[in-house]
Amino acid sequence: MNRARNIAIGVLATVFGLSLLANFLAPAPYATQFRDFISAPASHRFWLGTDELGRDRWSRLLYGTRISLLLAPAAALLSTVMAVLIGGVAGYLGGWWDRVVLRVIDIFLSIPWLFLFLIVRALLPLNTSPLISIILTFLLMGLLGWASSARIIRAGAQSMRNSDLVLHARACGCRGGRLLLVHIVPNLKPVVLAQFWFAIPTFILGEASLGLIGLGVGEPLPSWGNLLRELANPQAALSHPWMLAPLAVLVVVMSCFQLLLSPKEFAA
Amino acid sequence: MKRLLGILFFAATGVYAEWGGELRFCLHSEPKTLNPLMVEDEASETIRYLTGGVLIRVNRQTQELEPELATAWKISPRGQSITFQLRQGVAFSDGTPFSAEDVAYTVRALMDPALHSPTGDAFRSGSGAVEAQVLAADRVIITFPAAVAGLERLFDQVPILSAHSPKKEAAVLGPFVVSKYTPGSEVLLERNIHFWKMDARGRHLPYLDAIRLDIQQNRDIELMRFTRGELHLINTVDAESFTRLAQQAPSQVYDTGPSLESEMMWFNQNPNAPFPEYRKAWFRSKNFRRAISAAINRADLCRVIYFGHAQPAAGPISPANRYWYRAQLKPHTYDPKEALARLRQEGFRLVGDRLCDREGHPVEFSMITNSGNKARERMAAMVQQDLAAIGIKMNLVTLDFRSLIERISQNLQYEACLLGLTNYDLDPNSQMNVWLSSANNHQWYPNEPKPATAWEAEVDRLMQAQASTVAREKRKEYFDKVQEIVADQAPFIYLVTKNSLSAISPKLQNATPVMIRPQTYWNAENLILGTAQLARNAR
Repeated sequence: MNRARNIAIGVLATVFGLSLLANFLAPAPYATQFRDFISAPASHRFWLGTDELGRDRWSRLLYGTRISLLLAPAAALLSTVMAVLIGGVAGYLGGWWDRVVLRVIDIFLSIPWLFLFLIVRALLPLNTSPLISIILTFLLMGLLGWASSARIIRAGAQSMRNSDLVLHARACGCRGGRLLLVHIVPNLKPVVLAQFWFAIPTFILGEASLGLIGLGVGEPLPSWGNLLRELANPQAALSHPWMLAPLAVLVVVMSCFQLLLSPKEFAA
Repeated sequence: MKRLLGILFFAATGVYAEWGGELRFCLHSEPKTLNPLMVEDEASETIRYLTGGVLIRVNRQTQELEPELATAWKISPRGQSITFQLRQGVAFSDGTPFSAEDVAYTVRALMDPALHSPTGDAFRSGSGAVEAQVLAADRVIITFPAAVAGLERLFDQVPILSAHSPKKEAAVLGPFVVSKYTPGSEVLLERNIHFWKMDARGRHLPYLDAIRLDIQQNRDIELMRFTRGELHLINTVDAESFTRLAQQAPSQVYDTGPSLESEMMWFNQNPNAPFPEYRKAWFRSKNFRRAISAAINRADLCRVIYFGHAQPAAGPISPANRYWYRAQLKPHTYDPKEALARLRQEGFRLVGDRLCDREGHPVEFSMITNSGNKARERMAAMVQQDLAAIGIKMNLVTLDFRSLIERISQNLQYEACLLGLTNYDLDPNSQMNVWLSSANNHQWYPNEPKPATAWEAEVDRLMQAQASTVAREKRKEYFDKVQEIVADQAPFIYLVTKNSLSAISPKLQNATPVMIRPQTYWNAENLILGTAQLARNAR
């Protein structure tokens, strides 16, 4: 298991490193359109071919990886922290506080957030740069994506509250914040980490879907989301397998994140 | 035995293949109405076209007028009235005879202020009532309060209703009649057994027994069903699907040349728009607009976005509109040097690789377009790169269609916009609400209290002159001048005119796709369904 974790760490470090060195490694700027090489196949010049506007797919993958790999985990971290705070406290305290939080979670899960995104996009100043726009998008996803994780963490905290471990701690005089932070939260770590790792691909794919309504990464900035949009044409993707590269990177990165989990976290 | 012999005889002569059958294609939305006078959307228009009988029809192939229920017509010298001589011996789909009273009834219903018929709006020429007077059972005169430009062409959109049929608007004079409508699923049209037209051999048209219109919004599913042989035609195909289909079945796709659909961009010139004054000054400058136009590589847009199935656009009228198109107008040439020269004339200069105005403001603006339209998003990205080449930073913002319309027509919170335009009506009179400076679709500055510039005042004068003139040649002269002014001033920067692309199954005979709507089934009464083998034999 340790070996697998080491390999995963190595792969993640390589992917991170490559994306951070995109300025030096990318053979062309991500926005440059080689209009005489539209949808070109993979070649020495274009390692992963070009997209429908003739942009070098390899360059875009490097820059897109940097954006997605920084922003999606950041959004996942934000939503997980919120889920721990809201769900964990509700599960620990129980009573009316738990009931109120549960109702809030239900409301959050039932509201069609797509419309909120539409409103936000409509309210954003038009001259907002694509980078600010994508940071705002991930920030919003992080702020709004905590509810389902909070429900799971709440259930975990609730079962912990009634566990022998917490009973012992209480019997020893441990109370309040200390009980929560020292005894409950560390024991919820597998659940919390699992929620965090699962949130990352959700946010990456969420950004890709938002791109369809104009809220994703604005042109010409690349991200995994808008690179994956190319796969909407499955026939083209099957006949040009290099188009699957962003998907392959996503799968590899997500698998590596999974391998970082300990068996206990994985089970959670 | 006799029946078998009959079938064998008909099959041998090829006649058997020409009769019957059910044509199947898709509507892309729910029809909003089955009342032919209230049609606004494309799905309802399809049903109206296939079921409605009109006095005069614009032949979609020649674009000339052809007599239908009216055998002859005459417009008064001042253009205020039109007299129709009607075809005799015609009956509605329920057998009710057709007469001048039906025409008078239809015109009254059409112009009824309480009905708010969108079709009727085109006939409103001034204050006062429109009168329809029956002169004889086969003769009727319609009088308007003022001259209506291109009057006779407007009747192409007016299906005649029955004044006496108990079925009201369900009784029709067209080749098909609505037999079943299942909301969300399909509309079934069946052959009108009383349809008056006959073929050269004296047989009653239409040849088809029925047309089944499946309501299907998803174009990919439509394409898939077509390739599986479940649909017989796709009226309009986008360039990407067309290219894909052309690789699979080249004999089933048709590119009939420029359509009436154009893509264009414009700058917000409204003085009350909420952005800095210096930007408004850029957008009001003809040289700035022309520089932007010269910096855009239209040939690349046609090649990259539309795979060659589009033409660089020159002006408001597409070459598909044969009579009103101004052939002398040429698309603005792609010339970044000319673009920079024009900008220098206005005091712009390059500082490093960024263009700045005379006060030192870097030239940067945002352009909105609707999300979900892949071709338009790609086109905007290409314009973005073309403008970057002359030092202009353009931020591209895709919005959902509702937000976009709100910005361009209500709160004016936008700087530039990229959208498509379709002129379904060939007559320029239908564009009055765009070109008159006081009009609400005068997009670069809607509802101007008075013309903001001398050239807009001139366009107003010319548009009003063409609208009040009866002679077609004179009207063309006026509208040609409007096209020249628009091309020179570039309030709209026309980018490309898309080609009319369609797909037709080899089983369908007599289909001759055209450039204008409805491209593939404009001669629905003459369409014949047969097996592919029979169709090949017939050809």
